[in-house]
Amino acid sequence: MKIVVVLRQVPDLIEPLEIADSGTALDLDGASFLLNESDDHALEQALLLKESVGGTVTVVALDFGDVDNTLYAAAAKGADQIIKIPWENDMPPGPRTAADMYAEVIRAQEADLVMIGCQAHDELQGALGSIMAQTLKLPYLGVIRGVDPSEDPAFVEAFKEFPGAVKARMEVRLPAVLGVLAANEPPRYVPVSRIRAATKSTEFEERETAAEMLDQEITITRIYAPEVGERAEMLEGSESEVAERITEILLERGVLK
Amino acid sequence: MVQPPAPEAELDLSFLEHLLASPDGEPILSCMQCGTCSGACPLGHAMEYPPRAMILQARVGDMSPVLSSPSVWMCVGCYTCTLRCPREIDLTDTLWPAVRDEALQKGMQPPAELQTAFQNLYMYGNVLGQSPRKRLKWADGLDVPVLDLTKNPQPVEIIWLVGCYPSYYPRNQVVSREFARILTKLEVSWGVLGVKEKSLGDCDRLFGEEGLFETLVESNNELFERHQFKELILLDPHSFRALQQFYPRYGVDIPAQHYVTYLAERIDQLRPLLQKPVNATVTYHDNCCVGRRCACFDAPRELLEAIPGISLVEMARNKDNALCCGGGGGGMWLDAHITEHGGHRLSDERIRQAAETGANVLAVSCPYELSRFEDSAKVVGVDDQLVVRDIIELLAESMGLSEKEKT
Repeated sequence: MKIVVVLRQVPDLIEPLEIADSGTALDLDGASFLLNESDDHALEQALLLKESVGGTVTVVALDFGDVDNTLYAAAAKGADQIIKIPWENDMPPGPRTAADMYAEVIRAQEADLVMIGCQAHDELQGALGSIMAQTLKLPYLGVIRGVDPSEDPAFVEAFKEFPGAVKARMEVRLPAVLGVLAANEPPRYVPVSRIRAATKSTEFEERETAAEMLDQEITITRIYAPEVGERAEMLEGSESEVAERITEILLERGVLK
Repeated sequence: MVQPPAPEAELDLSFLEHLLASPDGEPILSCMQCGTCSGACPLGHAMEYPPRAMILQARVGDMSPVLSSPSVWMCVGCYTCTLRCPREIDLTDTLWPAVRDEALQKGMQPPAELQTAFQNLYMYGNVLGQSPRKRLKWADGLDVPVLDLTKNPQPVEIIWLVGCYPSYYPRNQVVSREFARILTKLEVSWGVLGVKEKSLGDCDRLFGEEGLFETLVESNNELFERHQFKELILLDPHSFRALQQFYPRYGVDIPAQHYVTYLAERIDQLRPLLQKPVNATVTYHDNCCVGRRCACFDAPRELLEAIPGISLVEMARNKDNALCCGGGGGGMWLDAHITEHGGHRLSDERIRQAAETGANVLAVSCPYELSRFEDSAKVVGVDDQLVVRDIIELLAESMGLSEKEKT
C-alpha cells in the first residue's frame, strides 16, 4: 500500500502567542513550531498500516517553521520518502492555497491512501483535508479514530466516533483521503540517537509547485485575546426575590418589554 | 521467571558484546549469579528480570523476553545493587542503561510519562516541558542580584547550575531564592546561565536515552566553553553525578560540586552567620548520588549540626543503607508504571521510616525529594507530624534569610 501523509507545522503553545501590530494576524517572529498533533497521529497510523500490510510511507510537508526536525524524526520512525515543498512566506498559507500545493505533489505520487490530521490548532474549521480531497477528486472521511487493513486490498476499515457514543466501522474504497484524529496506537517514541542518525543519512526531495497564493481566502478583521468581562452578579434571597430580580434584569437589558 | 534459552540457532550474543565493550562493562563477565543485587534492590521483588537474571539472559544470548518485560523500566537508579555486588559490577551505571538503550533501539516503548519527560528534554531542555525563556523566573523579585552570565559575561568563581526543578517548580523555587541569598551572604563570586541553561541529562543517560544525553552534553559543553569559572555548583545530585561520571567520557571534564560539600567546605564562614535557633528534631535522608554512590555522608550532617537548636536523629536505614526516594534517574516519571507492575512508591515507605524517628523535620538535599516526600507525607498521613525541608531552607532560616522573613 502506498500511503502519503501530510505533516504541518503549528505554533508551539508553550510560548504565549502574540498578536501582530496589524491586529489581524499572530506575530510568529518569536514563535517556535512543532508538528501538528493530529498529523503526528496520521503518520503513526500510516506506519502501523505499512507494518501490517507492507508498502511505503511518503511524507509531504511545507518548508515552514521547524520542519526539518519534524521530517528527520519522521524518517527515524520509518517514513520511506520525504518531500518538502518550498515556501518563502513568513505566514503559512490558507487552506485553499495549501490544498492546491499538497494536491499537486500528492497527485504525482499516485497514492492508495492519503492521510492528514483532521484539524490543526492554527486552522479554522479543520477544512484542509476535505478541500484537498476535493482538489484530488477523492472521497474524504474525517475525524477518524483508527484505521485497519481490510481483507480486500481495495479497501481499508476506518473507525469513527459520532456524538452520543455512536461508533462506526466503515469500509473505505481506495484511493481516499482520511482526516485522522487519532491512530490505533499513540505516536511512537523514537530514540534521539536514531533521529541524529537520520539527520546524517536522510535526503529530502524538494518539489516546487505551480500553485499560486490565493488572496482573500478568509478576511480576518480582528484577532484578540479573550476579554475579561464584568463579574457575574450572584442573586441572593428567597425564590420570589430572585425571580423579581431576574425580571428586572431582563427589563433593564431590553429582553422583556 | 527466567526463560529457558532459545534454540542454539537463535542465540544472539551481540548485546553481551556491546555490554562488554562499554566503559566498566568487563566485570559483568565475573557475575557469579549470587542474586545479591536482586535481594538488595528495593523493587527487586516486583521485577520479573532483576539485574542477575538480565545478566544471565545476556550470557545465553536471549535478551528478547527481557526487553519486552516491564522490569526494564523499574530501576530508579539508587545504586544499592552496585554497592552490594560482591564482584563490584557497576550495575546501575552500566547494565541498566545498556539494557534500556537496547530496548529503545529494538523499538520498545518506554512508559508514556517517561516519553513525555524525554520529549520535553529534547524540545525544551527541561523535563517539565516549560518554556526555556522562563528559566530565570524563579529569581523574579529576588532581593539579591543574580548575575546572568549569558547577558553579562565575566569571569566568576562559580557557576551555579540551577537545575530544572529549582528553576520551574514553585516549591523548589523557594529553595533557589534562599540559596541565592546564602551565596551572596558568603560573598562568593557567582553567576547563572539564565535562559541558556539546559538539563544536564542525568536521567536520560540512566534511562538508556544515550542519543538525547549526547545532544545535551554537546549543547552544555558549548555553553560552558563560553564562560570563565572555577567550578560548577549544583543543587541536583543526579546532575552532579552526571558531570562527575559521564561528561568526562565525552571529553567534558569540569570540576563540579553538589551544594552540600560546597557549603560544608565553608562551614567556618557559615557558623557565625547561623544565629537564629531552629528548634527542631531533624532526620536526614541521604540522597543516592551524593550519599551511597559518592559516599559523602558527613557534609550534610555537619551543616545540619551547625544550626543552633537542631537535634539530629538518624533513621534505622541511613547513610549507605538509606532507602531511595524512588525519584532518581527518571523514577520521577515511573511511579505509575512501577505501581502497576507490583512495585510501590519508595517515598511512601521512606516517609514512614522518617516519622518513626519522632523527628518533626525531614531534611533533604535533592530537588526531587521535596515534592516526593511532601506528597508521600500526605498519602501516608504523617503530614501533621513532620515537614520536609531542604538543608538550604534550614540554613537560610538560621541565617535570617528565609523566604518567610523576606515576604
